[in-house]
Amino acid sequence: MTMTMATNLPATAVTPAVPGGNAIAADATGGVNGIALAVFIFFFIAVTVMGFLAARWRKAEQSDNLDEWGLGGRSFGTWVTWFLLGGDLYTAYTFVAVPAAIYAAGAAGFFAVPYTILVYPLIFTFLPRLWSVSHKHGYVTTSDFVRGRFGSKALSLAVALTGILATMPYIALQLVGIQAVLDVMGVGGGESTHWFIKDLPLLIAFGVLAAYTYSSGLRAPALIAFVKDGLIYLVIAVAIIYIPIKLGGFEHIFHAAGDAFAETNPATGKPRGELASGPNAQWAYATLALGSALALFMYPHSITATLSSRSRNVIRRNTTILPLYSLMLGFLALLGFMAIASGIKVQNGQLAIPQLFENMFPDWFTGVAFAAIGIGALVPAAIMSIAAANLFTRNIYKDFLKPGATPAQEHKVAKLVSLLVKVGALAFVLTMDKTVAINFQLLGGIWILQTMPALVGGLFTRWFHRWALLAGWAVGMLYGTVAAYGVASPTQKHFGGSNAEIPGIGEIGYIGLTAFVLNVLVTVVLTVVLRATKTPDGIDETSPEDYTADVGDKGVQAELPPATAGAAH
Amino acid sequence: MSEPAETPRSGPIVTPTRVVAGLCLFAPFVAMLWVSSYAKVEPTLIGIPFFYWYQMLWVLISTALTMIAYKLVQREQRQLRARKDGASK
Repeated sequence: MTMTMATNLPATAVTPAVPGGNAIAADATGGVNGIALAVFIFFFIAVTVMGFLAARWRKAEQSDNLDEWGLGGRSFGTWVTWFLLGGDLYTAYTFVAVPAAIYAAGAAGFFAVPYTILVYPLIFTFLPRLWSVSHKHGYVTTSDFVRGRFGSKALSLAVALTGILATMPYIALQLVGIQAVLDVMGVGGGESTHWFIKDLPLLIAFGVLAAYTYSSGLRAPALIAFVKDGLIYLVIAVAIIYIPIKLGGFEHIFHAAGDAFAETNPATGKPRGELASGPNAQWAYATLALGSALALFMYPHSITATLSSRSRNVIRRNTTILPLYSLMLGFLALLGFMAIASGIKVQNGQLAIPQLFENMFPDWFTGVAFAAIGIGALVPAAIMSIAAANLFTRNIYKDFLKPGATPAQEHKVAKLVSLLVKVGALAFVLTMDKTVAINFQLLGGIWILQTMPALVGGLFTRWFHRWALLAGWAVGMLYGTVAAYGVASPTQKHFGGSNAEIPGIGEIGYIGLTAFVLNVLVTVVLTVVLRATKTPDGIDETSPEDYTADVGDKGVQAELPPATAGAAH
Repeated sequence: MSEPAETPRSGPIVTPTRVVAGLCLFAPFVAMLWVSSYAKVEPTLIGIPFFYWYQMLWVLISTALTMIAYKLVQREQRQLRARKDGASK
């Protein structure tokens, strides 16, 4: 969920041009908030215990395979799936980045709401088909499906690599989310603190996460998601009622925000932001919403959460209850305006919301709010690392490195890789500048969208040629990367944002969507050419009725591992 | 994006139910991508500019539409299944 939200307004660009400038960096140096920290630690420990106990939750008799560890035995019903998907898509970074974007520029940051509105009709349309075909053929990843559908290992490898590349910075950003909270609590340390002390809390949080994912697999985040979402809903509900009352109502909040946005930003010479999307920003707004919606369900972690559900209907039913999160996201975004109205001035926009909480709430509730964000980072980070591990194990290790791997070996490799992925993300956050993670995240969103023709196209038609899809993917990746490289912002020479001029239309729009259109054009043209020259197709191991199969249909249940079939009800 | 749903390869291709369900799923795209239709501050609702409350209202509208689509598709599938079972007996 976070992908473009981050990307749209990178943290550096988020630095607001507030009158009086860098008056108070109202935060990290203010000492440790003891009560908040104690509450935060309490929740953290509670969740850790849950994480380890999760291994026993709905445990199957035989657990030594990837289906069990990586998809929770494919047995999750509507509510668990709802929490899992919600926990997965609406991450800690979302909670920090969406209001931060609003805080920085106003209307433009709100695109997250139409984006999440558009996601659900899309899911409704294509994910049940993916569920069916995966269930019938035992696919764990999108690459599995692409290989089975098009009979092309090269295409499957391209999809797998894109997935892993796009997921890594996403995990890193979750850690950035935790860091923001720790900073405001005063345990992040200042610039002068020794790096080890400074990073120790993050290292601990990370170690805990790694340990319980390793031992419990997908069950751990599913169980913890309950706590996380409970906390988040509580915090948002309180915040959206309590803070406006303290600040003198919405009327006053938007008035103050309107005044702040009208001020000129010295870095750009333009007003800082606007309350409603201006005529020049509307293409960007719409293309970002659409492009992000299309990309979201290409991410391996969203697919992992979907495939772990029990039936087609669980997915469709979820599209009718998941929008509750979008509503919450909308309210959350409004917190950005409240941060402005309450006079918070931070250099790093990502600290705006944690700071708002600390200023507004009593200490103990600040602790609850921060715990919600912190735990909110752990759930998606766990699912993402599992998804990346699934991809590596199935589509690189098994397809290319060790074709004869047994389920037990796959299981072992996946666990190790999930650990490696997290260590990689940690190293990323600790050694590199935060903006690097955000830049990569920006690219990740653009890249992952390029796997859509192969995946969604493949779900509905066999017409596309495998080589055409591969070429389209390559063109999209190349164009997206080059175009993003060329975007400058006041603070960055390259990767300054995710919008650029759309060739031929002349409006500013989301690069990912432009690349996607290019990708589809290349795919279609080359397919026509390849069909005309009778270039051989790959072997399709799926048949049309596989795409509509449901639980109880012939062949569907039989395909499930014996242990999980029993857990289905 | 929702057109392919109406033209699956097997079974009846375009049924009235599917067309209605498809329209329900397509409507949010029209509403949300037509940004100029809602990019304004007035009228405000309890102090919140139109731009924001209108989009949040669409969260509810699109949810209702998705729910209708879900019910329609489900009902049709149940009928299809019943007919198939009846035919095989």
